[in-house]
Amino acid sequence: MKELLERALNAAQLKGATYADVRLVHRIEQSLLVRNGVVQGISQIEDMGFGVRVIADGAWGFASSARLTLEEAERIAGRAVQIAKASALFKKEDVDIGPPVIQRGTYQTPVQIDPFTVPLEKKLEVLMAADAAMRAVKGIAATEAEMVFLRERKIFASTEGSWIEQEIIESGCGIEALAVGPDEVQRRSYPNSVGRHQMTRGWEFIEECDLPGHAPRIAEEAVALLTADPCPDTVTTVILGGSQVALQIHESCGHPIELDRVFGTEAAYAGTSFLTPEKLGTFRYGSEVVNITADATLPGGLGTFGWDDEGVPAQRVDIVKEGLFVGYMTSRETARQLLKLLGPSPYVTGLSNGTMRASGWNRIPLIRMTNVNLLPGTWRLEDLIADTEEGIFMDTNRSWSIDDKRLNFQFGCEIAWEIKGGKLTRMLKNPIYTGITPEFWRSCDAVCNADHWVIWGTPNCGKGQPSQLAHTGHGAAPARFRNVRVFSRK
Amino acid sequence: MLGESQIRELLEKAFRISPADETEIVLEAHDSALTRFANNTIHQNVAEVNTEIAVRVVVGKRVGSAITNRLTEEALGRAIEEAVAMARLQPENPEFPGLPDPEPIEPVLAFDEAVAGATPEWRARAVGAVCRMAESMGASAAGALSTGIYELAVANSRGVFAYHAGTEVHFTTVVMCDEGSGYAHRAAWRLTDLDVESLGRSAVDKALRSRNPRPIEPGVYPVVLEPYAVDDILSWLGYAGAGALAVQEGRSWMNDRIGRPIMSPMVTIWDDGRDPAGLPLPFDFEGVPRQRVVIVEKGVPRSPVYDTITAAREGRRSTGHALPRSRPQTASLGPIPIHLFMAPGEATLEEMIRQVDRGLYITRFWYTRLVHPRDCVLTGMTRDGVFWIEKGEIAYPVQNLRFTQGYVPALAQVRAVGKERWVLSEGFGFTCVPALLLEAFTFTGVTEMPGR
Repeated sequence: MKELLERALNAAQLKGATYADVRLVHRIEQSLLVRNGVVQGISQIEDMGFGVRVIADGAWGFASSARLTLEEAERIAGRAVQIAKASALFKKEDVDIGPPVIQRGTYQTPVQIDPFTVPLEKKLEVLMAADAAMRAVKGIAATEAEMVFLRERKIFASTEGSWIEQEIIESGCGIEALAVGPDEVQRRSYPNSVGRHQMTRGWEFIEECDLPGHAPRIAEEAVALLTADPCPDTVTTVILGGSQVALQIHESCGHPIELDRVFGTEAAYAGTSFLTPEKLGTFRYGSEVVNITADATLPGGLGTFGWDDEGVPAQRVDIVKEGLFVGYMTSRETARQLLKLLGPSPYVTGLSNGTMRASGWNRIPLIRMTNVNLLPGTWRLEDLIADTEEGIFMDTNRSWSIDDKRLNFQFGCEIAWEIKGGKLTRMLKNPIYTGITPEFWRSCDAVCNADHWVIWGTPNCGKGQPSQLAHTGHGAAPARFRNVRVFSRK
Repeated sequence: MLGESQIRELLEKAFRISPADETEIVLEAHDSALTRFANNTIHQNVAEVNTEIAVRVVVGKRVGSAITNRLTEEALGRAIEEAVAMARLQPENPEFPGLPDPEPIEPVLAFDEAVAGATPEWRARAVGAVCRMAESMGASAAGALSTGIYELAVANSRGVFAYHAGTEVHFTTVVMCDEGSGYAHRAAWRLTDLDVESLGRSAVDKALRSRNPRPIEPGVYPVVLEPYAVDDILSWLGYAGAGALAVQEGRSWMNDRIGRPIMSPMVTIWDDGRDPAGLPLPFDFEGVPRQRVVIVEKGVPRSPVYDTITAAREGRRSTGHALPRSRPQTASLGPIPIHLFMAPGEATLEEMIRQVDRGLYITRFWYTRLVHPRDCVLTGMTRDGVFWIEKGEIAYPVQNLRFTQGYVPALAQVRAVGKERWVLSEGFGFTCVPALLLEAFTFTGVTEMPGR
């Protein structure tokens, strides 16, 4: 394969590229899904190909192919250069990616038990046990239990002299129970909703999740929700469970700090951002207890790796410090653009902080969340609830919607409990809360401590055209927010 | 492009080496390119050649699957072996009805040499014209123009062999100007059906007209919805409830309502994968010919769509709406209509606006998510052009609003249907939809930017 990569880089240069990189990616994904006690499917997906990204005539071009021959490497490199030259027909200025980045090395996700060495029978046994435990609860109409394992091997090489080999391993799992009433459908999920929770860890992660152990509880909760009172329509104090805080970070912090969005390059699809450059270092994003990082070095996080897909090393970056907005996630090109716009400062270096990732060989890297985390606070959850005279505790995301600048959001959760006199009381169904991003984070007055902190995995973050699904991580613990508009809607 | 005969040869080889009781192969190939622009310049420009082979094998009543994008015989053999090994591990699925038998499939023409031959230079010049137009008006254009060739072949060891080759061209743009923005999008399989420049002009015009939007209070208003917003309504009705699995599990908006009027008599919705007015695909991912299925007729829900397994559960035949079954997560969605049409009416957009005394004109919805499946309640934002209508005329632009609204009750409120329909495809499949005038639509919030 070394020859194929070198041939692509050489061909690109011979055709006129002033910069080229090539990524060869080999991915194996194994999925198991049990639905209503029946194995819905077990599948293994093998996907392999290479993509060549070039700058020619001062503009970007990219071409990719699954045909792994030297002739195809040359042809695709030539196609990438042809495309770049077409891009250059309407360029405003030459692409500037800053000083060369020369990196050589290897990275491998550390795992205790390689999930691909665990027999499928054992995996199915866990799923069937969890599924049976949910179906044993009277009133459950449908159940689902799934696992996903991923091994991605990739080589990155560039005309600047980088050669990086990485192996990323991911393990994910989840269960869902559905209860159906006369005019009501209620779903409960574990460990997280929308299919699963996922980490860059091995089989040990699946064992720790203990799906069968949690199955009866979530099934019982789904049935109980059918007859629960609806969440009241009011303005109150809200405590969010850790996975919902992770979703809140993802949507209302993670996306608006992507510097390509800020510069408008996602305007036609994912949208733009309210965190415009003049706010860097001056804008109060949240209260003083809000500290947010983007950290690609965090062990186990779904956004953890050795180098990004531009060959920039993984880094830990401050995003919000004691409530102040202090950092973006950047690429080589956008870091330079920010430097030109704002000049150097403690928050602007002109160098990428290593967040460019592609969803596969056939996609260009984009700025993607690494692990965007709300750092732990000092509270124990039980103390936080006891400290709350009146409010609502909501957990596990059910629906999420946010505007194209990431300001106006409305998130629904699967379940809630009323808090009265410092205690969790009656269960509430269909809880929804809504707000405006900085107002909401400024109203955060407590974050739970490291004992409650989990690096939640989001394996389905969409962005880009053609569309790309990224895998991102979010360290989060339960947190309290004041004066939040909550309601319920069937 | 691989072509039918090369694909047939490859798949026949696979059937010869498969030790399974039954074997199904789905081959998807594409050669596509996309030119993306923002800030009035091309910033991403990509191309891709890929072929994916999905093998599904049946051993007794056990099913296993494997997917590879490697076209070698060795890789295909390995995929079959893996699929068989996975099938053997499983308990029997007593419900599995077997792979479908062959049925005659009438080919549909959906291949345009002009799309197949589109070059990067052609795409660059087309989007360049939109960028120049926006720039000349002090606006900023972003968007994407894609062209591609697609091949789908589905074959099984019972004798099914279905092959379709098609082309697709898609164009989307968002044009921004001050606090205003405009949007345009279309999809087609024929190049002459998609006029990039005129779409760009409409988005620039909308952006200019929507500058300096005024604040507005949330509330219940009559709305004129452009087809872009109607696309969202149809897509969600299809995804979240017009498939037989959703109905069988009791989580569909169709449950307990089939045969009862629940929408305006002006609403008729059907799925038709064979109509060349859309982006046709004459068979599904099990190789079953796609039937025209009327989902709602004059406001009355009639039938969801079926694949082989949901049809067998009710003792009927598949309507040809299976999704790819080799990925468990996709298979678990059940059958879904992805070629949705809504019957046109008589009205022009201008006539609909004239019928509104006080209400809103909406270009599109954004980031819509299901809040509750039974009434297909969605929340989302308006985007790229919202205008206040006063006494039958567009009065001024207003700020974006959040809505929380059941799409089923919304379609009970239809007062007029547009006579022109647009083919839209921003996700999987397409819709062919008119504009609508609705008597009432519920807006629950507005966007305000707090200070520092």
